[in-house]
Order: sequence, then C-alpha cells, then structure tokens
Amino acid sequence: MSLTIAAQDAAPQQTWLEKLGPGHIVLAVALVLYPLVASDFFLTQIGGYSLIFGMLALSLMMLAGYGGMVSLAQITVAGIAAYAIAILGNNNSNVLGFGWPWWLAAPFAVLAAAVASALIGWISVRTEGIYTIMITLAIATATYYFAQQNYAIFNGHSGYAGIHAPSFWGVNWRDPKAFYYLCLGFAVLSYAAILYGARSTFGLTLQAIRDNPRRMRALGYDVTAHKVFAWFLAGIIAGLAGVLLVWFNGRVSPGTIGVDAAIDVLIIAVIGGLRHPIGPFFGALVVVLMQTFAIDIVGAERFNTLIGLVFLVIVFVSPDGILGLWGRIKPHLAQESLRSGP
Amino acid sequence: MRIHRRTLLALALATGLTAPSLALAADDTIKIGLLATFEGPFTVLGEDGERGAMTAVEEIGGKVAGKTIEIVKGSSDASPDSAVRAARKLVEQDGVKVLVGPLSGDEGLAVKDYAKTQPTVTFINGTSAAQDTTLRNPAENFFRFSTDGAQWMAGLGTYAFNDKGYKKVATVAEDYSFPYTQVFGFMAEFCKAGGKVPSKSWVPIGNKDYSSVIAAIPDDVDAIYVALGGADAVNFLTQYQQSGGTAPLIGGSITVDQTVLTSKGKLRDVLIGTPAAGPTADTNGSPSWTKFVEQYKKQPGAFPSPSLFAHGYYVNMKAALLGLEQAGGDVSDGGAKLRDALSKLSFDTPTGKVSLDKNRNAIADMFLTEVTEGADGNLLNKLVKVVSQVNQTLGIPEDEFMKLGAVNRDNPSCP
Repeated sequence: MSLTIAAQDAAPQQTWLEKLGPGHIVLAVALVLYPLVASDFFLTQIGGYSLIFGMLALSLMMLAGYGGMVSLAQITVAGIAAYAIAILGNNNSNVLGFGWPWWLAAPFAVLAAAVASALIGWISVRTEGIYTIMITLAIATATYYFAQQNYAIFNGHSGYAGIHAPSFWGVNWRDPKAFYYLCLGFAVLSYAAILYGARSTFGLTLQAIRDNPRRMRALGYDVTAHKVFAWFLAGIIAGLAGVLLVWFNGRVSPGTIGVDAAIDVLIIAVIGGLRHPIGPFFGALVVVLMQTFAIDIVGAERFNTLIGLVFLVIVFVSPDGILGLWGRIKPHLAQESLRSGP
Repeated sequence: MRIHRRTLLALALATGLTAPSLALAADDTIKIGLLATFEGPFTVLGEDGERGAMTAVEEIGGKVAGKTIEIVKGSSDASPDSAVRAARKLVEQDGVKVLVGPLSGDEGLAVKDYAKTQPTVTFINGTSAAQDTTLRNPAENFFRFSTDGAQWMAGLGTYAFNDKGYKKVATVAEDYSFPYTQVFGFMAEFCKAGGKVPSKSWVPIGNKDYSSVIAAIPDDVDAIYVALGGADAVNFLTQYQQSGGTAPLIGGSITVDQTVLTSKGKLRDVLIGTPAAGPTADTNGSPSWTKFVEQYKKQPGAFPSPSLFAHGYYVNMKAALLGLEQAGGDVSDGGAKLRDALSKLSFDTPTGKVSLDKNRNAIADMFLTEVTEGADGNLLNKLVKVVSQVNQTLGIPEDEFMKLGAVNRDNPSCP
C-alpha cells in the first residue's frame, strides 16, 4: 500500500528485507495468498485480467511518467505479440499456425512486439505532447483496420481462435491458480524492473530528457536513441502482457486491439496515477471491477454511464488518480512520494 | 494503531475481492443468463432482442414448473472477445445454468467454443446465425432454435432467377461470418438455377465510404444482392443512388427492415419491389404472429413490429422455458434432463413449427417477401411465399452439402 517505502535514500547497510519495505511485503503476501480465498472467477477474470491490463498500463506509465511520451499504441504492441503467438504456434482457424513450441514462440512474440514498439517510437519521437498521442492513435487505428481487412496474416474480422496456454512441468498454465501465478510472476517482474530501471543510469537520463531535452542534447546525449530504447523496453512489457492476454482469452481478433481497448489502457493509467509503477495495477483493478459488475448495479441500459461517472469522480477528486487519493488520505506519505516519485 | 487500521483496510479489500459467488440461489428460483449487445454498434438490435426474450418470460408469468425465473443480463459489444467475457461472468460468477444468447455471428462461434468447456451449462442461441456455430464441430450443449443465415435465404435465389429474371448478380456484404452465410444461402439456390455472380464485395462493419465498392460493381449486372445491416445499408443505398446506379436490389435478411424502409427521399422508389427473405415477415397475417406482436408491444420502447432479433430471442427463450418445464425445473443434474428435453422439443412459434436436427440446429418455416407501398404510404415487406420447414442443409442431402465446403469470402463461387 505505502508506495514509497523503497526510498532511494536507503543506506547501503540496509538488509534486502528493509529495502523492500513493509508495504511491498504486505502486498506480496496478500497477492500470494489470494488464491486461497478467491473463487476461480475472481482468480482469472478479475485477478489475472487486472494484472495483464496493469502490465499494459505499466508500459504506458513508464513511457509517460519517465519519458513524457503518452502512447495510445500499447494495446497494438500487445496485439502484435498476441497475433504472433497465434501465427507461430497452433490455432484452429486453419490459417497459418506454424506449430512452433511455446518456448520458441513466446520469446519470439515478445521480441516482435518490442521491435514493433521501437519502430512506433522511432516514428513518434520527433513529436511532442498531443502530437505523440495523435500519431500513436493513428498507428493504433491503422493497425486495427489493417488486421480487420487482412486475411493472409490476420485472418480478418474473426481473427484466431483455439490458442492454448502451454502445459509443462506437469502444470496446465491456463488452470485458474497456475494462470494467476503466471500473471503475478510476470507482473512482479515488470514492476521490479521498472522500479530498478527508474533509478538506473538509463532511467535517470530518460527522466532528464523528459525534463529538458535541449540541455541533454547539448550535454552530448543522443536523445532520440534514448527515447527509442525506452519504447523498446516498454514494448517488452506490453508484449509479455499480450502473450498472457492471448493465453487468457484463447483467441485474438481485431476487437482485442481496437480503439476502445487502446483508450481503456490510457484510462487505467490515468485512473491509477502516473507517479509510481504501482498505480497502473490499482487502476486496472478498479476498471476491471467496474466493467464486470456495473451491469449488476444499474442494469443493462445505463451501466456504461455509471462506469464513466465513477472515472470522472476519481479524476475530479484527485487529478493524480488513485495514488493521489491515497496521498490525500495520508498527507505525510504524499510528501514522501513527491520526493521519490519519477 | 496505524498498522491496525491498515490491516482493517486490507481485510476489507480482501473480502471485497474474494466474495465467493453467492450463486447458491434459493431452491425456488432458476437463473437464466441473457447475453445480448447492450453496447457498441448493435445496441438497438440487442435491446430489441431483450424485449423478445422478456416477452417469452412474461407470457408464462415469470414462473416455470413452480419456480420463479430470474434473468441475469450480460452485455457484449458484438466482438467475440467481449461475448466470451460476458458469458464467463454469467456462468462462472453468477452461476447461471441456462444461458440465452449471443446476438451476432462471430460471437456465436466464440460462445460455442466456450460452451465446450462448460458441459454442465446449457447454451441456447440468441440470434447469431453463422453456419458453423452448429454445422461443423458443434458443441453438445449449444442449441439453436432460431436457424442460420443461409436458411433465412430459402427461396430467394430461385425467386430472383425465375420470377424476377435476374441472370447476373453482384453481391455487397459485410465482412464477417453472418453475411458470408447469407451470401452462401442466396448463391446456393441462385447458382444452381443457372445464375452467375461475377463480383462479390466485402466491406468492414461500420464502413462509411462506398465509392470504391460502387466503382467495382460491373455495369452489366441485372441486380445487386445487398447483405448489410442498419446504418451500413442506408449509407450504401444512398451512395449507390447518388452515383447514378440504377440496378434493382435483392435484400439480405436484415437489409430491408424498417430502419431502412422508413428512410425518406428518392431511396423509396428504388426500394419498391426489392425481394428479400428471412425468418419473419411484416404482413404475416397468421393469428399466432398477430398475438405475438400484441404481446411484444407491451414491452417498454417496443418497435411497431418486432424485429428479427426480438423474434429470435423470443423463440430461443421460449424453447428454454419449455425445456425447463419438461425437466420439472430441475437443473441439479448438470442439465442432462433439460438438454434431453430440448433436443426432442418441437413447438409452435409465432412463425410456425420449430424442431431440431441432430446438430441441435432448428428446422423452421422461412418467409419470402417483397417491398411494397402500404395503404398509408409506408413501405413494408409484403409476404410473397412461405417456404416450409427449411433445414440447415437447405434440402440438399447432408454429405453433398458438406462437400460445398465451409462458408467464407470465396466460397461459394460461380462467376
């Protein structure tokens, strides 16, 4: 819960447990023990799904929070990994499906997504602010329509079905518990990588570029290269999320990477808060819960209105999203997080 | 103290996230899931489907075999992913044992695949009408009492060739499984009668600009077969007319419905005389249809005449209720009794008798219609002919029918 425990002014003699901080430990224990109390539905449809979308929003948070580049194309990057799994592995749509084993297909899919992300970054780094949003939105929309109308590679509107998560070590990784832990594992990995990366030389350089690109250029840094590399790294996280997403759904179609989904990712990141990498996961949890249960609260006709209102209220009350809300409840924590934030 | 409060918060959060599905409904209620498109481009259609389903529930007073029926709604946006997600929520969280839906073609294919993983739940179609939902690789627990898009075309191809005298027809249709099935149903008859289809155009759902499609239609065709829905149909027809096109039209099942027929302007003149076919007809004079229309109109926001979607959801919900009645409202055996009752079920719908084939797909009457001007100047679909008891293989022996192959953009073909 406390977001800032792993403070950067930690003295070197601290043990790793102290470095981790009680907030992270409580959260980790809760997440690891969650399957003991949750039903299968809550494990995968809420837990797993939130973690996947949390990772997607995390990749956006990394670009936006540390690099100052708001991207609407993260779902496109995830979609490329998902389609790659369908095309390289097995599917039952009778189109392509090279039958590669998962341990070859999955890394390749993530790599393809990262390269595609770097390419998108390379196109969009010359722009700033709202123009980056526009160009990435354009790329996302174009990819969606291309997937919708291309039959040789994307199999058109119906996309690919019958994609199975792998089974190894005697575990079917699509079983609720196994899948939840799989998602949790990758989410924690990405989260830790971002936490670590933000304080690495590259992370600090990226943040400096965000704050003043002209000065960094004058100091001799290759601004474009740094930004494109950030896109590549964000692409790895989004690609991992894409692989998990296609294993989760068992299918992928243009609807998965549509503009609605692209905006969902942005909403998750904004609702959660862009100041700390934990924000996107809280945002994802709130959004997934709302999208799943709003229909039970107000009925089929107006549930999207309720979802919109809740998001509006969150952003209205706290422009920093849920993280900001927490900061308001705990003022001293908020100050601390300002110091350690990106 | 602080830790204490934090623990409380964590506990509160944990209970909120884990509240086990309280699906242990009391013994005297039966939960039925209703899955339709309450968002996205097909919202209006989904809402009318709901009206149809609720008509069936209210007809029996909301009770079956002494148990109260509880309808739990799920919403999709017409994409297969969202349909599966909504179905999962209804089945795995709300604990429904009977699910009615979904509405559109690709959704049906996806839900059928999901049905295979939930053998104790009984899935009954809404109005999704792709052929392979039941024809190839069907699920044991997926039932369709509402027929498929190829069946809906029964009689149209022959009528267009023989009575209208069209020898060469171009097709324009949306690019997904349901229009493929409709074009297949039309061409199966039309090509057999000797007709030719030199050009087929597939457009994405929600397309706005049809100029390139119109330019690609050959000049020498006798008519254009159009299988587009809602706004797509209006956009295409208007643009075709503005570009000076004069070829007469042939309509798919959801092309020349009231949303298009009530449009104003010169389009009217083009539409008069357009033949179409489907599971319903506006001027059906049979008492059971009139009674159904009366019942349907009691629903809030009802159209003057129930759409094909209200009809489909009505028939499927009705079948679910009849099946539950015969099973004594008992689904505690994993639905085996219910599915047994459903597969033998044969009953009279507002549009005639319906029964199932071995793939659990309906055999039912189809209606051949033609657009005419009514007494009050409104356009409506006049009933031309009833094609009785059309089965999924369109009267062709099954092995011969299967040889025609799965429907897609290129199959069938007779240029």
